[in-house]
Amino acid sequence: MQASAEEAVVSTLMKKKNRAKRRGLSIRATNVLLGAILPLTLLLVWEVAGARGLLNPILLPAPSEIWEELVGLTASGELAQHLGISVWRALLGFVIGGGLGLAAGIWVGFSYKTERLLDPSLQMLRMLPHLAIAPLFILWFGFGETSKLLLIAKGAFFPLYVNTFLGIRSVDGKLFDVGRVLQFSKWQLVTKLIVPASLPNIFLGIRLSVGVAWLGLVVAEMMGSSSGVGYLINDARSFSLTTVVFVGIIVFAVVGKLSDSLVKLLEARLLRWQDSYKGDGIS
Amino acid sequence: MATEMLTIDNLNKTFAVPSGDVVALHNIGLKVKKGEFITIIGPSGCGKSTLLKIVAGLDTGYSGTVLLNGKEIEGPSIEKGFIFQEPRLFPWMTVEGNIAANLSLKNPEVRKKVDELIELVRLKGFEKSYPRELSGGMAQRVSIARALLRNPDVLLLDEPFGALDAFTRSHLQEVLLDIWQTNKTTMLFVTHDLDEAVFLGERVVIMNPRPGHIRNILPIDLPFPRKRTGSAFQELRRLVLNEFEKVEEPLFEIGAGI
Repeated sequence: MQASAEEAVVSTLMKKKNRAKRRGLSIRATNVLLGAILPLTLLLVWEVAGARGLLNPILLPAPSEIWEELVGLTASGELAQHLGISVWRALLGFVIGGGLGLAAGIWVGFSYKTERLLDPSLQMLRMLPHLAIAPLFILWFGFGETSKLLLIAKGAFFPLYVNTFLGIRSVDGKLFDVGRVLQFSKWQLVTKLIVPASLPNIFLGIRLSVGVAWLGLVVAEMMGSSSGVGYLINDARSFSLTTVVFVGIIVFAVVGKLSDSLVKLLEARLLRWQDSYKGDGIS
Repeated sequence: MATEMLTIDNLNKTFAVPSGDVVALHNIGLKVKKGEFITIIGPSGCGKSTLLKIVAGLDTGYSGTVLLNGKEIEGPSIEKGFIFQEPRLFPWMTVEGNIAANLSLKNPEVRKKVDELIELVRLKGFEKSYPRELSGGMAQRVSIARALLRNPDVLLLDEPFGALDAFTRSHLQEVLLDIWQTNKTTMLFVTHDLDEAVFLGERVVIMNPRPGHIRNILPIDLPFPRKRTGSAFQELRRLVLNEFEKVEEPLFEIGAGI
């Protein structure tokens, strides 16, 4: 009797959720509109100011001119070619650096001994800025792909390393007792408890690493390269082709955001079970 | 005495603290028959949870004898199902996933037993729900099903309903009795609730602190289902309470149960 009352409450809650799902579509549309207000207003003001001749076209070309440049670069296939190279570099650098970061984070997370052995040195390396280490990489490996990939990988390594480590160390000790009582094997302990429990942190690490990989890419391509979006920007700057610089920046922003959204989508799927504060005003 | 499933004899446990040693359990002796329902009641600090954790194999470093089916306890194992005060479910697994935990639901035998247990703990329709979608009482029922799936020789319950509201608690007590009568699982149930101890137990073990020891073991000779309002029930409840009143200090503290 009490059980059915209890279950009734839960099932009404579920019904409410379903109704909310139906409403979800219009909510999403509203969210998109809400997010677009600020940039659209800015664009409008910018365009009007440009058309009235209030802006120096060398320093700040109007949005319509940038758009034309974007269309032109896309039509000629130049943009796609540079972008393809950049994406490939960022991806490869991220996979190498992020993969190593994940592995190191798991290893150090599991063993206090390894932590004492490795962590101090890794934390020291983490503090080295890209620009300080780039000359060394160029000296050692030349201007080729190796130094670029290493620079990107170096950046992508640390966010994943730090967050994976943190995730493993913050697994609820009470759940370990459950694992002991249920006689989990070592392997089950890892796959059924530790990895899922640290997944939120690992995903945070992935998102930060992807971001850092893009940042490292720009540094790598600007310090000496003959291809890639970073080169496109640098080259255009020396010829004062400001519209091309803007196109490059926009492409970085859009592709960066897209890669982040991709990870977020994956995160939402894999972390469905999470019960955490999602911010005020979500309904 | 072949029917004895659990034998505890001259069990002593001391905790080392900076100011010296604290005796947590002193000369504990208890024999539990197969299929028996034992409730252990006592104020906080009487060592009842420690006793349960020793039987579970979660707590080591004691002296004396603890035998389950004639064998020394060697660490935690699925023969000793343990229900914690909180449900302790894996938030990333569904209800059925939590019950199966490290066993595969693709195994038809496991699948069948999980379905039966979901029926037994009255959670039909919630198989695919995640723990965040469950109420406290439902979550605790999942953890009971999780322990039962492993066919434990004895189910150890550490104040499992302590954090629930009175309605849910009395409902879950009935569910537990139902399970006990269906499965004949031996139960060792720790509580600090007088009514709960008398309502569930065939025998009530009364423990007192400083040092933690068994003061008395009272048989509750009432047929199931028991009526809390009956005069016999009230009389037995008073008897158990009397065991505590012989001690001068106030014993029942709010938030008991560590």
